[in-house]
Parts: sequence; C-alpha cells; structure tokens
Amino acid sequence: MKRLCLWATLWLLTSTALAESLFEQRLGELTEASLAETQSLLEALEAEGDPRLLPLFDALFNGNLYYRDADQTLVAADPNTGDAPYIGILSGEVIASLNEDNVTKVRVNNRLRRYLNDALARLKLTAPDPAIREAAVNELLTQLNADTIAQLDVLRADEQNAKVQQALDTALNLYTAQSSDQVGARVQAIGELSSSLQNAVRNALARLAEDEDAPEAVQNAAAESLNSIEQKFTFYGYVDQLFFGLSLGSVLLLAAFGLAITFGVMGVINMAHGEMLMLGAYTTFVVQQLMPNAINQSIWVAIPMAFLVAGSVGVLIERCVIRFLHGRPLETLLATFGISLILQQLVRTIFSPLNRRVVAPDWLSGSWQINPALSLTFNRLYILIFALIVFALLVLIMKKTALGLQVRAVSQNRAMAKAMGIKTDWVDALTFGLGSGIAGVGGVALSQLTNVGPNLGQSYIIDSFMVVVFGGVGNLYGTLVAAFSLGVANKFLEPITGTVLATTLVLVFIILFIQKRPKGLFPQRGRAAE
Amino acid sequence: MNTKHLLPGLALGLSAAIGGNALAEEDPIKVGVLHSLSGTMAISESTLKDTVLMMVEQQNEAGGVLGRPLEAVVVDPASDWPLFAEKARELLEEEEVDVIFGSWTSVSRKSVLPVVEELNGLMFYPVQYEGEESSENIFYTGAAPNQQAIPAVDYLMNDLGIERWVLAGTDYVYPRTTNKILEAYLMDHGVAEEDIMINYTPFSHSDWQSIVSDIKEFGSAGKPTAVVSTINGDANVPFYRELGNQNIDSFEIPVVAFSVGEEELSGIDTGPLVGHLAAWNYFQSVDSDANDEFIAAWHEFTGDDSRVTNDPMEATYIGFKMWVQAVEDAGTTDVDAVEAAMIGQEVPNLTGGMAVMNANHHLSKPVLIGEIQDDGQFEVVWSTDGVVAGDAWSDFLPDSKMLIADWTDPINCGNYNTETETCSGQNY
Repeated sequence: MKRLCLWATLWLLTSTALAESLFEQRLGELTEASLAETQSLLEALEAEGDPRLLPLFDALFNGNLYYRDADQTLVAADPNTGDAPYIGILSGEVIASLNEDNVTKVRVNNRLRRYLNDALARLKLTAPDPAIREAAVNELLTQLNADTIAQLDVLRADEQNAKVQQALDTALNLYTAQSSDQVGARVQAIGELSSSLQNAVRNALARLAEDEDAPEAVQNAAAESLNSIEQKFTFYGYVDQLFFGLSLGSVLLLAAFGLAITFGVMGVINMAHGEMLMLGAYTTFVVQQLMPNAINQSIWVAIPMAFLVAGSVGVLIERCVIRFLHGRPLETLLATFGISLILQQLVRTIFSPLNRRVVAPDWLSGSWQINPALSLTFNRLYILIFALIVFALLVLIMKKTALGLQVRAVSQNRAMAKAMGIKTDWVDALTFGLGSGIAGVGGVALSQLTNVGPNLGQSYIIDSFMVVVFGGVGNLYGTLVAAFSLGVANKFLEPITGTVLATTLVLVFIILFIQKRPKGLFPQRGRAAE
Repeated sequence: MNTKHLLPGLALGLSAAIGGNALAEEDPIKVGVLHSLSGTMAISESTLKDTVLMMVEQQNEAGGVLGRPLEAVVVDPASDWPLFAEKARELLEEEEVDVIFGSWTSVSRKSVLPVVEELNGLMFYPVQYEGEESSENIFYTGAAPNQQAIPAVDYLMNDLGIERWVLAGTDYVYPRTTNKILEAYLMDHGVAEEDIMINYTPFSHSDWQSIVSDIKEFGSAGKPTAVVSTINGDANVPFYRELGNQNIDSFEIPVVAFSVGEEELSGIDTGPLVGHLAAWNYFQSVDSDANDEFIAAWHEFTGDDSRVTNDPMEATYIGFKMWVQAVEDAGTTDVDAVEAAMIGQEVPNLTGGMAVMNANHHLSKPVLIGEIQDDGQFEVVWSTDGVVAGDAWSDFLPDSKMLIADWTDPINCGNYNTETETCSGQNY
C-alpha cells in the first residue's frame, strides 16, 4: 500500500496535463510504427513514466497486445487464453464488444523482447510481490548504471523482505566492485560477492580478475571470489549431470520394463516390444484428442488406457502367435519382428506417417529453479519419480501376488508348474499382457519426451535389450541398476566425447562386459538359472 | 561392348521410334517422382510427392506439354539411401521417364547422382543443401549455403550483434559441410575459436538435456549468443521443447534453423518456439497474389485447409515450371536439349521477384528470415534486397573457393578451377 501511495504521489508530481496527453499521443503512434521505429517509441514512453506502462509492456512482451481495427484503441488480451476478454490499456476496463476478428496484433521481434524484458525489470522493482521484486533486481544486474543504482539505493532503505534485501545488496556490491574509486571499498564488495551464484556476478568478476587497469588488490580479490564461485558452479554442474544421467536412466528403465518381463521372465525374444511403447504413446495422443479441454488431466486417463490397449494387444499376440513357437527362439524372433512391422504399418495407415502432436500438460513444462546455478526440468523429474513408482508396483506384483508367484513358477520349471495345477497357457498370456501393458505405460511417459510417430519403438528397442541383457535376464533389480548406471555413464561421457561417441563407447563397454560375464550384472543362480 | 556408348544410341533409337509412332501426340510424357513415402523422411518428402502430382494435374488441365499429357510415375525409396539409386535406375531404364523430381537428404542425392549421370537422366533436387556439387544432369532448386546459411549469420551478426556462436547439427554430410563453411566464414569475420561451439547429434535424437544445458552455460559468458541449427527432421521437436523447459528465451539465445519450416511446425506445440528464427527462400505467410493462388490450389488439391506450404514445395514448383518452359522451348523432352534450354529460364518466385536458372544449375532467389509465431507460421523480420545467385562451390572453403560451375560453352564443366583453368575432376 505504502508503495502504491509513493507511486501515486510521484505520478501526481510529474504528470501535468501536457505529459499525459504526450503519453497518449505516443501510444497512438505505436500501432503505426514499423518494427524498427518501435523501440525508440517505447523508450520515449518509458521516459514519460506512467502506471499504465506495466500492463502495456507486459502485454507487448507476452504477445498479448492488440488494437481495435476500427479506431486503433490498444487492448490487452487475457494472458491465460490469448484472446477475449480484451482490456483497454488506457481505460483499464474490459471492452466487451471485441473478439479476435476485429482486433489486430501489435508485432514484436526479439530485439523488442530484449528491450521489454529489461524495461519490465525496471518497472517491476516496486512490485508488491517480493518474488517479482527479487527477480527484477537480478535481471538488472547486467545493466547497472548510476541512475539505476541511485534508485536501488532508495529501495534498499525501505525494503523489508530479506531475500530482496540480499538481491539488492548483491547489485549494490557489484556496482561498487566495478566502479567505486576507493580500492578498499571495491575489495570489500568483491569479498561479499563470493557467495553469490548470479551469472552476471560471475562474469563481472571474471572480467575484473583479468582487467589490467584495475589495482592489483582488486584483481586478486576478484580472482579469489571467482574461484569460490567457480567451485560452487562446478559442484552444481556435477549435480546437474547426475540428474541428467538419472533421468536418461529412468527413460531407459521405462522402455525396458516391459521387455524385462516378456524377454527377462518369459524368455521370448520380443522384437515387437518397441511397438508396445509406440501403442502407449499413440494412446496418449488419442486420449488427448478425446478430451481437448482437459489436457492437464488427460495423462491420468492415458496411463490406464495405455496399459489396457498395449496389454490386450500383447495377450492377442501371445494367443495367436507366440504360444505356437515355444522353445523356438529363432522363429519367435522372426515372427515378432514381422508383428512389429505390421503394427508400424497399421499405425501409419490409421494415423498417417507424420508424427502426432502430444501436448505437454502445464505442470510438466518449465523447470524447478533451486538456485541460479541449478535447475531441474519438471518433465524429467516427474518421469524419474514415475519410473520408480512403476518399478515398485512391478516388484510388488511379481513378489506379492498369486499371479507373480505363478509367473515365477512357470518361468523356472514349466512341467513342474503344470503338474502343480497351474494353467501355464493362461499364465503365459497374462505375463505377456502384463509386460506389454507396462511397455504401454512407458510409452505414455516417452510421449512427453520424444516424437510420437510410427518409428518411436525402433529407437528404443536396442536400448531396451541392452539394459535387460546388461542387468541380467530375469532380474528386475538388475534392470533397475543397469538402466541407471548406463544413463549416468552416458551423461558423464557425453561432455567429453560428444553424443555419438558416448553412445558407441557405452555399447562397446557392454559388449566387453558380456564377454566377461555373459549373464549380466545379476545372474540368476541355482536351479532357476537353467 | 561399352555400355556408355550403347546407351545414348539406345536413347536415340528409342526417341526415333517414338518420333515415328503415329500415336506420338497421345503418348504421355513421364514424370518420375522419387520421394520417400515411408521411413524417417516420409514426414517431409511425402508432401513433395503431392506437390509434383498437383503440378502435373494443373499442367494437364492446361493442355499438357508439347500437346502431350503428363503422367506421374511414383516410386517409394523408403528413406533408404541405396534404394534411391535402385529406384532411380528403375525409373530411367524401365519406366523411361523424361524427368525425375526427387530426393531430400544429401546422402540420397549423392546416391542417385552416379545413376542419372550414367543413364543421362534429368533430375530436379528441391531442398536446401550444403553445395560443393554441380552435376550436368541435376538442377538444384533449393538454397545453396550462400542463399541461406551465410545471410542468416550476417543477420545475426549485424542486426542482433551476436558474438558467440553455437553450431548444432545432425551428424551427416549437410550439417557438417555447412558448419565447416560457417566456421570459416565466422573466423574470417574475427570471431575467436573459443567463441564457437560445434555439436553433432544422431538422427532422431531425443535426449537434449545435457546439450541444451551446455548451450545455456556457453551463452552465459556475458556475450550475446545465438544457436545456428542444422538439426534435421523430428529431432527438432524435443530440442525446442527442452529449450523451453530450461527457460532459454528467444531474445536471450535465439536459434536460427535451416531445416525447420511450416511443415515441421504443423505437428508440434509451437509455444516454446515463438521468437526463434528460420532462414528460407519462401514462407507461407508472405503476402503476394502468386502465393495466395498457390496456397489455394494446394488446399484444393489436398482437400484440407489446414495443410501448410513450405520452401521445398516452392522449389519444386519453380523447378517444375522451369522444366515445362524448357521443354516447350526445346520442342522435345530430349535430356541434352532440355538441359541446354534450362539455363536462363525465368519463373516468378511465389514471394515476389524472378527466379533465374544460372549456368551453374543453381537458382537466383531472395533470402528471408522469419520469426516463429504461435500459430506455426513465420513473420518475416529481414530479407535481402534482391535475389541472391546460388553458389555451387563455397567461397569460404580453401578447397573450393577457386572452383566454379558453368554448364555453358566454352567451360561446360561442374568443377572448373579458375586458377589452373581446367576442369579439376574433383569428386562431387
């Protein structure tokens, strides 16, 4: 409130009738200006200072600024929907008669967006929300000058929020470190900057440490502070890489789950596994088409649907093809490969060969900014958690349910299990269905990360086999460990060798490893082994 | 018996046989279409097949060529590079087509090239590519690097003040050659080696997190940074999505792409892409009568108002029109006569100005740079003043700067060395 009053007084003091009309006049020019002229016009507008600048710049920055075709009145579209209701920039009121047919968009380009981003930071320094104030101060770090510093000084005196205070101190210290004429003050300011993780601070210190004209004390202090900042950046860099590795591991895990059941437990070399992933991804697409207004919730429908769709296709394949090929691995391989081609062509015929668009729900977009040096993207984070949940469920099914018990019995000794009264045919079908269904669920997750097209399955089939073989056939924990270790190894190699070579190296490593231990990381022991 | 001598004789005999045929006027002129209709490239190439079919239909409605109807022969090389050569041979030897429109990736074109040269076929290649090639039997209607990559870099350097460069591409011949040219060009313009980062990824790459994080780190050094992307095909979608997720805004680190057009954008959520750039010779959003007509015809042909048009479609359109004009001028579909008549042909660009076929078998075309909008279209932010002549051999690579291609007398050579004044025989 206090801030608002301050604004109002300032506004009253500076605005004369003349200035107000000048603002409005300039505003009128905005609709006719070419992109090249717009920036100087916006600068002139900013120089006028007006409370209506914030909604104006905000709308322009986000591409929500329109003008009425009839009289060129500037209006802002609703930021959530991007169209009606439109709010007049000058009046601040909703203009009900407008819709997308009688308004025209005011164009922006990247240069204007960059200018607007900085200008918005200047305007938002006095925003009521402390988080916005803090972000605004941090945004200003790259463009400090005597004017902004004077403004920040005034703001610092009134600031109550500790985080904003800290951000303001960083800005003031950064300015002192670069521009003060007292060496002592500069060295002290540089010392205090050593705890900051702001990129602008890091760059400024790097420049100072190299600056031949700066006093030696300043250079040394800058090098020292920079060193401690770099250490933190290196540490967070490793955390980042570890997360990337785990995330890649979780993708491999989701892709390999189904195969860990169909190949790992049942011993079927299932070349159509990739297509089960694809079916899951396409199910996500179809579900989104069916509920276009509830994209955020669609994923919760898509997961069980994908399980059912891929699962029933799996049961069908088992009943119609695989059960006739027991104990004939080569024929199974060829038959399932044929099935995979049929499924791909089926999808091509139904959905066209083009990739389908799966929209990412809002809560899966963006990233979790832990500090300026470390942020984790939400989609990867949730998929990592999701993979672990699916894994837990799968272990639960295999270890704690009657089905799991029967599956293990059949896979260990078919004849004996049959003698004990287990319907092996039925168990086979259900197991294959379970493996395919889980693959379908993996496909839902993959649809958020990669393209949903007929070739989706093929790009994961090799990886899936790699993970299952490396982990040890028939061992779910082995699959888990294998997926994460391959993911992490890949991501730590990538910066050194490049993507293509990293994948190759991992493959070579696995080949060598399998030479040494043909049964993978966690071989099955005892009677179950054969 | 040498096949090289046999074949022209055979062709002569055939054309004589056709000439002597009483039904000559009814005999259709065969147009081969060599675009993948399945596999990874189907996403882009199937559109071009439809474009050729539309052009054939239009031409037939207008009375055909030389009073003869056109007949399209469509084959599917299935994104399988060696298969392109086999299918080209099938088109030329069995179907005896008079012209081929086809190929998208450079590797498929390089696989077809020896076949069309051996059988003296005629081919139109409609996609932007890395240059360093000029065959007597191929007309290149897409952009050479100096018609796309170089102007885009100029725009970033002069208009946006970019000082640090990420050259990211898919790992095959087009991105590698283009990046080699760009690297040489940037270094010529005083960019230091540590300000250039080069990165290659496989086809259909989907795990972009560490690369995007590297780009972010590279761009945080306080100098304006841009990404020049030769990433091809569907790998672009997860790439842009990751950029959005890691909060890299287009005004902080703009990405200018050479392989992302309207067609590629039509299947994806464009939210995270708004403000990023692409350089082409054509955008659907360009307002001109010829373009409006072309788009309307395309919508009518496909029966779908939401189908977009793109740059390789315009290149196909121009190539097709030029071929028709050249055949009319030559009065025959004989390959050598049409080849000679092709040079100097003019067809209006859909975006304004006149496309001219130069003696090096490349076109003169305007260059446009557009920003991606949230409706999947481009807003033109910059364009060249006039048309730019396609340069077959880059002036910025030490091995090729003295080479020119000129298929008119007296040079008549695709790789003429201006220093030694000989046809260098350099491999295509």
